[in-house]
Amino acid sequence: MAMSDDELRLDGNALAGDLGEIFAADMTGVSCRCAHCGRIDAMGSQHLYRSPRAPGAVLRCAACGGLLLVFVRHPGGPLLSLWGLDWVQVGSYRTQGQSEAESHAEREQR
Amino acid sequence: MAGTALLGRLSWRLGTVVALRDETSRVRTIVLDMPGWLGHQPGQHVDVRLTAEDGYRAERSYSIASPPEQDEVELTVEYLEDGEVSSYLVGELREGDQLELRGPIGGYFVWTADRPAPLQLIAGGSGVVPLMCMLRHRAAVGSLAPARLLYSAKTHDQIIYADELERLATADDGFELFETVTGITPPGWTGYSRRIDQQMLATVAWPAAARPTSFVCGPTSLVESVATSLLALDHDPASIKTERFGPTGGA
Repeated sequence: MAMSDDELRLDGNALAGDLGEIFAADMTGVSCRCAHCGRIDAMGSQHLYRSPRAPGAVLRCAACGGLLLVFVRHPGGPLLSLWGLDWVQVGSYRTQGQSEAESHAEREQR
Repeated sequence: MAGTALLGRLSWRLGTVVALRDETSRVRTIVLDMPGWLGHQPGQHVDVRLTAEDGYRAERSYSIASPPEQDEVELTVEYLEDGEVSSYLVGELREGDQLELRGPIGGYFVWTADRPAPLQLIAGGSGVVPLMCMLRHRAAVGSLAPARLLYSAKTHDQIIYADELERLATADDGFELFETVTGITPPGWTGYSRRIDQQMLATVAWPAAARPTSFVCGPTSLVESVATSLLALDHDPASIKTERFGPTGGA
């Protein structure tokens, strides 16, 4: 069945598991700056293109469509290119470990 | 920070199926006992991995349906034609089976009850699952944030969590439920009977002036159409969080 690229579009949020193989912190809630157009937004809000049978994924800027990031499931280990990102700002996030620990602490208090 | 050193990168772990619940003719909830689960935030998902006898592996993401306040972890999965993972999870998985998964994952599409802003939830099909987790969390902690759910389903009997949503909506705690069906409606149907459009959103969604936080989840076409309409209704782009499922309506 023919399908347009638009219909296959996902959110950067769906990349959280793959990036979790590489980073201890959640990377989808952090801000990043597109190297092409300068837009700053959450990684999770960018556009993700991925097919279940493909060995990787491509993240594109939601504003200009520029290539931000490529993730490839390589036999030698997960391979990540952050080619189209000027920077990511990791100040406002909580790590998955921290958020788990905090929820646990809250439950213990109850 | 102490927690960071102990809890590192994501790893796969095994859960045990303790119950299975049919939600509709093609949607099933899997109740899992997850030893060592340290809680999650509403809206987060897990990755599920199936391994065939010949070593072939398939992975899919599923939203967590149960609130953080509950010990078991529940996933609600829609059966998809050609879905090599969903067909197993909905059709073949049995009580007592083990399932390999990793999570909770995702820090973007999440809501916690410490936020007082109105909660605007818009779902298509099984896109209701992470939003249900938010509503269950909201009810469990007695959040005072007003909430609205606009839920579009193909047919009346494909509405997931229908009874529970009705119960939540009649609890008189600030939650309002709006449903629309895009296919044939049954006699006596009082909801909408068309796709979600800007006019419907102008009627049932919070106005931009109320400064709601919006979570939109469902098939890509629905999510993008809703997001475009919300922007046209002057909602702040930063207040709209989306989770697209792709073309099929399920992960």
